[in-house]
Amino acid sequence: MTVPAATEAQFRALFEPRGVLIAGASTHPGKFGFVSLHNLLASGYSGKVFATNRDGAEVLGINCLTSVDDLPDGEVDLVFVCTPKSANLELLRACAAKGITAAFVTSAGYGEADEAGIADEAELVAVCQELGILLAGPNGQGVVSTPANLCAQIVAPYPPAGQIAIASQSGNFVSSFLNWSIATGVGISRAVSAGNAAATSVGDYLSFYASDSKTEVGLAYVEGIDNGREFFEQTRSVAAHMPLVVLKGGATDTGARAASSHTGSLATNDKVFDGACRQAGVCRAATVEEAFEAAATFATQPRPRGNRVVVMTTAGGWGVVTADAIGHSRTLHLVQLPDDLLAELDELLPPRWSKNNPVDLAGGETRDTIPLVLERIAANDSVDAIIYLGLGIQSNQAALLRNGPFYPDHGIERIVAYHERQDERFAHAAAEVSDRVGKPILTATELAVSHPDNPGPRTVRATGRVCYSSANRAVRALEHLVWDAEFRATRAGLPFTSRS
Amino acid sequence: MSTHPSTSVTLAEDQSKALLSGFGVPFAPEAVVHSPADAVSAAATIGYPVVVKLNGERIAHKTERGLVKLNLGDAEAVTTAATTLLSAATPEDGDVSLLVAPMLSATREFIAGISTDPQFGTTVVLGVGGVLTEAIADVSIRLLPITELDAQSMINDLRSQPLLGEFRGEPAVDRHALGAVLMALSDAAAATTHMLSADLNPLMIVDGMPIAVDALVEVRES
Repeated sequence: MTVPAATEAQFRALFEPRGVLIAGASTHPGKFGFVSLHNLLASGYSGKVFATNRDGAEVLGINCLTSVDDLPDGEVDLVFVCTPKSANLELLRACAAKGITAAFVTSAGYGEADEAGIADEAELVAVCQELGILLAGPNGQGVVSTPANLCAQIVAPYPPAGQIAIASQSGNFVSSFLNWSIATGVGISRAVSAGNAAATSVGDYLSFYASDSKTEVGLAYVEGIDNGREFFEQTRSVAAHMPLVVLKGGATDTGARAASSHTGSLATNDKVFDGACRQAGVCRAATVEEAFEAAATFATQPRPRGNRVVVMTTAGGWGVVTADAIGHSRTLHLVQLPDDLLAELDELLPPRWSKNNPVDLAGGETRDTIPLVLERIAANDSVDAIIYLGLGIQSNQAALLRNGPFYPDHGIERIVAYHERQDERFAHAAAEVSDRVGKPILTATELAVSHPDNPGPRTVRATGRVCYSSANRAVRALEHLVWDAEFRATRAGLPFTSRS
Repeated sequence: MSTHPSTSVTLAEDQSKALLSGFGVPFAPEAVVHSPADAVSAAATIGYPVVVKLNGERIAHKTERGLVKLNLGDAEAVTTAATTLLSAATPEDGDVSLLVAPMLSATREFIAGISTDPQFGTTVVLGVGGVLTEAIADVSIRLLPITELDAQSMINDLRSQPLLGEFRGEPAVDRHALGAVLMALSDAAAATTHMLSADLNPLMIVDGMPIAVDALVEVRES
């Protein structure tokens, strides 16, 4: 069924409602009708909150109405529907009469269920269209909008505020992305699970995000795509406005299709989707963490003007493996250090340093070495991006000293404080140099997950950036950043330095 | 023949080539003749060795039926091949003719074409060709229509980049010319309302330049 796209005003009603009605509020804390009201109130939503249930009970301090007819006129924009399917058409008619223009329907039993459900879903779509209500769902998990402190969801979590907007064909992936947001500290502007996407598709939400002033990056999960051509046109237009990262489920296929030609047998669903993404300027990610980290990198790093990468490491092995990953990359280039940079680094480092890329400091750093070396590398015209490895080692030793039996004696207290200060400085330097020079600097260490409170990764998060849990993940994120930048530059006829 | 629904039909090889060359797909020069004697004089003009194929609207899988005679070095070989091919035609093949073309050989072969996807519609396809095509499955696809930037990015997206550089004493593939073939396919598909698929298989690389030696276009019957 073709449904006219929802209007800007309807999307505003969904994401920035003046008031919210929870329909089907429950006194039972295990029910969606309780949890969604709880999450709405707990997230600090500042608009008016109303709820309905059959017997007018009080739930979480809200005196429920027994009928939508008792709602004040024109104060509520969004109804969050937790009622059984059979009640919904009548409910929505009453909501429309009170000025509601957006509905998030969590109720199940629609198109995902059976033939009767498919018919009911078609009727739901038709009624919402007739009433001028944007229909989100049905069978969806909810909507999050941090600019409005809105968490109208039947599940946790509520993420920190930020610039990434999420649209997902699966509610689980909304939760996954929000959990990664909490883990990395890189925040979210809007998030919605499209549920059955009966009237409003992932592509429709993304189209709204592209014009949304609170959003800088799009992140989507899709599975089956009914109208590939429409999805392509929508995502291409979205990607023209902002970076867009897409994760697709059902990505493998056997290529089994009726094909009379050899090209036809090569053109499997997955390859066609891949090509459509490349053509639209969409970054396609293979895993959920890759998808989130790509989006988070777009939200927190300057855009590179070329693909020449330097790896800076405080110890050897990490640098070698990272250089391998860059060597395997089709996008990135491990640049040979130019003579002027070699000479500058020679002055800062002891003779045993690597004199090559990766720049291996070989443990030769003194108090100011790391900030100075980062600065010189970043400032060099032959370098477009840096991956920085080794942050947090000193603080990790400091933690062992602090928690050991000898603390604070034997001079331990003083060295612990020094180590921790140093890692904080290094993390600040990475962000400060990156901002000043306008080049991405990605910091990677497994301490980000093994010891998230280590002052190194903790300070990276405090600067608003991602501390990648491995160099390989940083390389992957940088590949997306560089690919996107090159796509934009070539389409706009702007220079971009691409070495292979 | 076609495994598409019965509403589609494949064009004869010479018609397929005429359609696509009109949009700029490069083909080897060839002659369409109707007798062994004419085949011999065409071969003399083209220069030996040549290849002779049976040509007709209803003949799609020539190789499987033995309807392609390769590497014919002289008039006698051409006469024998042409006679054999004409006598191999069955009444189901309808009107047939003989196609005489130079015998090209290349170290590098690609495959290029148009394919129709049920969700995304008409697509332009470029892949590494040869007998291992399906096993290697190194393919790059874009939706119709493509721009020159799309064409170049399709070429860059192939994993087998060493095949595009200098290779076994041969010059690097002319990427602009290869991109032009993809653009020509896109233009042909955009201008031909009923095109379901097109195959340039193989698309050979001779002295660094792409040249198609076979073509098969499938159209929806109106």
